[in-house]
Amino acid sequence: MSAPAQNVFRRLFDEIGPVDQVGIEERVAKYTTRSIKKNSKLWGLKAAVSMVDLTTLEGKDTPGKVASLCQKALRPHEDPTIPQVAAVCVYPAMVKHARRALGEDTAVRIASVATAFPSGQAPLRTRLAEVKAAVADGADEIDMVINRGAFLSGEFGEMQDEIAAVVQACGASTLKVILEVSELETYDNIRAASFLAMRVIRPGDFIKTSTGKTTLNATLGNNQVMLEAIRDFYLDTGIPIAMKPAGGIRTAKQALQFLIAVKETLGDEWLNNTRYRFGASSLLNDLLRQLEKERTGAYQAPYYFSEAAESY
Amino acid sequence: MPTLTSIKKRPASRHLGRPTPELIFGDLWEFDPAPETADPRLKARYDLFIGGKFVAPSSGKYFDSINPANETKLAEIAHANAADVDAAYAAAKKAFDTTWGKMPGRERAKYLYRLARLLQDRAREFAVAETLDGGKPIKESRDFDVPMAAAHFFYHAGWADKLDYVAPGRSVAPLGVVGQVIPWNFPLLMLAWKIAPALAMGNTVVLKPAETTSVTALKFAELIQDAGLPPGVVNFVTGFGDTGAAVMGHPTAAKVAFTGSTEVGKIIMRSLAGTDKKMTMELGGKAANIVFDDAPIDQAVEGIINGIFFNQGHVCCAGSRLLVHEPIAERFLAKLKTRIKTLRVGDPIDKNTDIGAINSKEQLATITRLVGVGVKEGAVMFQPACKLPAKGYYFRPTVFSGVSMSHRVAREEIFGPVLSVLTFRTLDEAVEKANNTAYGLSAGVWTDKGSRILKMSTELKAGVVWANTYNKFDPTSPFGGYKESGFGREGGRQGLLDYCKLV
Repeated sequence: MSAPAQNVFRRLFDEIGPVDQVGIEERVAKYTTRSIKKNSKLWGLKAAVSMVDLTTLEGKDTPGKVASLCQKALRPHEDPTIPQVAAVCVYPAMVKHARRALGEDTAVRIASVATAFPSGQAPLRTRLAEVKAAVADGADEIDMVINRGAFLSGEFGEMQDEIAAVVQACGASTLKVILEVSELETYDNIRAASFLAMRVIRPGDFIKTSTGKTTLNATLGNNQVMLEAIRDFYLDTGIPIAMKPAGGIRTAKQALQFLIAVKETLGDEWLNNTRYRFGASSLLNDLLRQLEKERTGAYQAPYYFSEAAESY
Repeated sequence: MPTLTSIKKRPASRHLGRPTPELIFGDLWEFDPAPETADPRLKARYDLFIGGKFVAPSSGKYFDSINPANETKLAEIAHANAADVDAAYAAAKKAFDTTWGKMPGRERAKYLYRLARLLQDRAREFAVAETLDGGKPIKESRDFDVPMAAAHFFYHAGWADKLDYVAPGRSVAPLGVVGQVIPWNFPLLMLAWKIAPALAMGNTVVLKPAETTSVTALKFAELIQDAGLPPGVVNFVTGFGDTGAAVMGHPTAAKVAFTGSTEVGKIIMRSLAGTDKKMTMELGGKAANIVFDDAPIDQAVEGIINGIFFNQGHVCCAGSRLLVHEPIAERFLAKLKTRIKTLRVGDPIDKNTDIGAINSKEQLATITRLVGVGVKEGAVMFQPACKLPAKGYYFRPTVFSGVSMSHRVAREEIFGPVLSVLTFRTLDEAVEKANNTAYGLSAGVWTDKGSRILKMSTELKAGVVWANTYNKFDPTSPFGGYKESGFGREGGRQGLLDYCKLV
């Protein structure tokens, strides 16, 4: 790393403040000791269902697979009190198939990973073309990856310019900026990258933890760092940024812990699917299983629930 | 019930027209009650524990132990008089002379291990009893008090057969019978801190728990019976100040150990002046938590919260004075208030409660009085608008800002959930303010700069200095004070040395 790059990191850390790893991990451990029972559990589970971006991101995805995912998104369970999920999340080539399956008049949104997901290692014009194509095919939301190489080498301007270019390419579609936290490695870097991204995106756009394609994805720790960055940015500027942890959240219990973090860090205004999402697939069936357990008093066998995608 | 919000028509810039953005910590997702349901297995009436048996007090008098969370009677506790204390010391002396004092360390270790394991086996039951008796949140008694008490017995069990190595080049011998008086803030844990090193070293014990929190000590007496300790090795005499004075002043005691207020500590020291009794005093504190402008702010806020609101602030090492670097003072205070709004004050037996009940009516009155003084002296008070239960002794977490060193809330130990915020400009000023107190038990330093931590830990006159954390305890780490916070150490090798003579 060259000397000027160190200086830019130093300046940014000085401006936004450091994160203490031990301290933040102690903080989030307290979320896991909260005890959510009865009606509060039902509320949390249903809120979590409504926040799921039901995801399939595999080389073997087909129009048929995407159609069945869309069906699950529209009607996760026969119980009519269980809400629809927030969105389906697919590769750009699958957007038009998802649009056909969901129709035009639906509350379930189509999110598409674009910008040479997951590495982002394609020329900018290629990445922008991919975004525009996905939007043209009907994507309501674009999940982009940041240029981690630019960030780590201290080229913050380049990283931010690219995000700004994707914002332009999105048009009216919502943008989610994936930081890919496992490649940033430290909480300080995650906080820094959150701020850089938030400064160039629009109110209501998201920052997102990870692609789900690396070893370490969303954890309560990196979720907390990003929630605190969103809070600080909101209190300074009034601009509300939304949050999406993705990958690694497989159980209803985990999802409730993430929601407790939201409740205690950002408050009530972030406890809805315009401000908070879960990038997940197997999570949905565990949420449904817990909801059925609350309703019937017994755990149902897995084969009572339709199969979900298994990419995260 | 959440509903899917249509976000297609999201307003482009909701923030416009909102002059000061605020976070809303409301009741959108209210948690249902989640009480811990384990049975505390309490008896209606507890006698004294002398010579391995529960015996009625010679006066026949009992007093009520109250659950501070709802002001109901929990159990009746025996009131020991001087004759009962005599009997306890006689039993302890006999045990020291005939069994415990002669027993090889490796045999004593077996008993200590057994006590630790029995406590772990019944951890949930003890946690519930501790919470009902003292008002502390169940998550603290479950995750801190009981496991830490067991850890102290494990640690000292490990020492019992290695005492030849505790003072290199010297041999150690037990003192005899030790008298111990413990406070009401960590009843079971303070019992463990006192008993475990004394027993490991081969001493026998007469211990008086605090009058508001005797229940877990008497439940622990059941464990002592279950563990098969020789009769008289540990004796519990319950009661008020008169009982405590009899325990401290008894001629049989070779050493006395006291944890409690500086005021009472001074009385004890005066009364024992001229005797050859060894003493350990763990007294009050008014710790400074010092935050520099380069500190990790959110983690520092969390540490300050933990430092002052842990156990409702009933902690002798509570970080009751926040010294914050002027450039960040305003921002820090705002963050602190935001975090306090999310604390859950209420029934201590609820697993989600962060701040429980004040230990007694008397303590609530003391806190209320001192907070009144703070307001009268012109400090700016902040309290969150949380609901408090209708019955029981509760006090809202309180922050005083605009405090100077001459305010009483900055000088006196309040022993409640009350934080005084002061500012400083330079490191020297921070050190001077932190040390400008009669106490010297603990301090906290929050900074990203390692060299500053080392400098501060040298200059702060406090027995413990925590860096970028607070209220961390471990059986291996000695704990104790400077100045009017007392003398002697508890925990670690140093703590053991206070329970032996070098021969």
